[in-house]
Amino acid sequence: MDFSVLLTDIPTLLAVVLGVPLVLAAYIVGGEYLVRRLPDKNRPQLRPWLWVGPAIFLVAAILLIPAVFTVIQSFQDNVGTFVGLQNYSTQLADFPSGGAWIAIRNNIVIWLIFYTLFVLAFGLILAVLFDRVQYETMVKSLIFMPMAISSVALGVIWKFMFWYQPAGSPQTGTMNAIVTVLHHDPVAWLQDQWPNGLAVLNNLALIGAATWGITGFSMVILSAALKGIPGELLEAARVDGAGELTVFRRVIFPLMMPTIVVVGTTLVIFALKAFDVVYVMTNGNYSTDVLAFRMYNLLYVSRDPAGASAVAIILLVAVIPVLIFNLRQFRAVEARR
Amino acid sequence: MNVAAATRPESIRAILSPHWIAQRISRVLLHVAVIGLTLVWVVPTVGLLLSSFRPFSAIATSGWWTALSPPYRFTLDNYSQMLDQSNLGGAIFNSFMVAIPSTVIPVTIAAFAAYAFAWMKFPGRDWIFLTFVGLLAVPLQLTFIPISKFFVEHGITPDNLGALNLPPWIGLWLAHAGYSLPFSTYLLANFFRALPSDLFESAEIDGAGTLTVFFRIILPLSVPALASLVIFQFLWVWNDLLVALIFVGGAPEVAPLTVNLANLTNSFGQGYQLLTAAAFFSMIVPLVVFLSLQRYFVRGILAGSVKG
Repeated sequence: MDFSVLLTDIPTLLAVVLGVPLVLAAYIVGGEYLVRRLPDKNRPQLRPWLWVGPAIFLVAAILLIPAVFTVIQSFQDNVGTFVGLQNYSTQLADFPSGGAWIAIRNNIVIWLIFYTLFVLAFGLILAVLFDRVQYETMVKSLIFMPMAISSVALGVIWKFMFWYQPAGSPQTGTMNAIVTVLHHDPVAWLQDQWPNGLAVLNNLALIGAATWGITGFSMVILSAALKGIPGELLEAARVDGAGELTVFRRVIFPLMMPTIVVVGTTLVIFALKAFDVVYVMTNGNYSTDVLAFRMYNLLYVSRDPAGASAVAIILLVAVIPVLIFNLRQFRAVEARR
Repeated sequence: MNVAAATRPESIRAILSPHWIAQRISRVLLHVAVIGLTLVWVVPTVGLLLSSFRPFSAIATSGWWTALSPPYRFTLDNYSQMLDQSNLGGAIFNSFMVAIPSTVIPVTIAAFAAYAFAWMKFPGRDWIFLTFVGLLAVPLQLTFIPISKFFVEHGITPDNLGALNLPPWIGLWLAHAGYSLPFSTYLLANFFRALPSDLFESAEIDGAGTLTVFFRIILPLSVPALASLVIFQFLWVWNDLLVALIFVGGAPEVAPLTVNLANLTNSFGQGYQLLTAAAFFSMIVPLVVFLSLQRYFVRGILAGSVKG
């Protein structure tokens, strides 16, 4: 193993670590210097653009304009001729198992529903239970820890959890060790397209791994919302003779609903954008394809940017309800200011 | 609890009352549930960690839990072989070279923009801000094809930049910066707006310029928000696979850890025990950052979501 690369590249490291902030500082200081030379009348008109300009430029160059190009490309073939909806009809051909249908079903039905529900349910259960013990901080950071690692490392961890050996050989994967202790045949979690080739089981296995990684996120936010509920309110309910379950259902849950909705919309976006876990754990095989992975595959394996553009737009269409919800939410918050 | 404590001296019968017993049992069940769930969460990581220190013969024939009982056979072989046979040692350098500028650039530019959005008036301000909010949800997939095409046509590829003696990651930096800006700007603008305005209005009356207000008043007051954002963005870039695959995936010698680790998993084959060590090697930096700065990280997540 050669760590010398770390030493020989120290000039690059220094140039980058010092150079990048220097360029940025020089931009704003130099820009302000020039703005101050302007006549009084023009100064307040130009100054905001100096400050907001780089952000607008980068967002336009990296997000907005490319998005428009992708929309256009989804109506063209790979040499740039307009072909109408042909890319879409290719992707949406042969329902229910041709084209992009498996990816659409996995994303919009299985991932969206189960991932969102699992993460919210675990987050809520953990937040409520942990709130009642003294060692809350410690257990919380253990649950939160997977948030810090990459989905690639997460994929490796769970590939070993789901490790499968044929019946009769020693099971080295944790899940199959448990299953065989319970006198069941070992399960090929990531390959098994149970039931009847519908591939719910292996998709749920992927979702389980992803849920493990992200639950800390929902737990932390829901826990903050829980602590924001005034204690007197809960005491009042308890004094009135409500049991803990009733207090949860009638007081805690309704008061946390706005936060649950906000976390839920974020999770819906995560579910629709799922990529890393699929890439590392199954490579989209055994009917575990998702839209983001299909788009990547069309682009780099099949060399079909036209098809990839159409898949990207399908993904955008799936996200649009959330996008509109976010904008409405933002407007409502602004109105309350 | 108070009830139980108060009744204790009176009689044994009171202590063993159904109410007291029920309370005890529910208390015990609570701890069992809390500790049980936490263990379930920790087991996958601990299992892999133990595996990474076991010899190949043991990994292939028995589960990680057998390592918990004697005879203990732990080894560093997996780690030394992993560092010998893969280029993960160089990849960790690449990860730093990708993650540091990809954090500094967007956070700085977002801070400039957030200042303007929060405290300056200009035509179209609210609409531009609304566009940023809308872009928070837009899938990055929508941008990959045109940007990679543009980068290739204009020589912003790792090979070409390297040949020009420029850092080969420039394209990746720009992409990460653009992707991060809607969120970073939104977060910081919300924070800046909440600062008391009289603070810098009086500074301006005293003759302080825009730069002085920004660097001497706004930034120092925003250290908690900036720290959260920096940690958040750094971990996001360090852990990113997709964007790195798209823009430097074809050049493993400049690609970050995640891309190299993913390549290893796809070429599984006979050396799969090395993957256990490789996975932990890739976690070292994020875990150190997370464990030392957890409070800021959590605060960033709360600021990004609850106000949203």
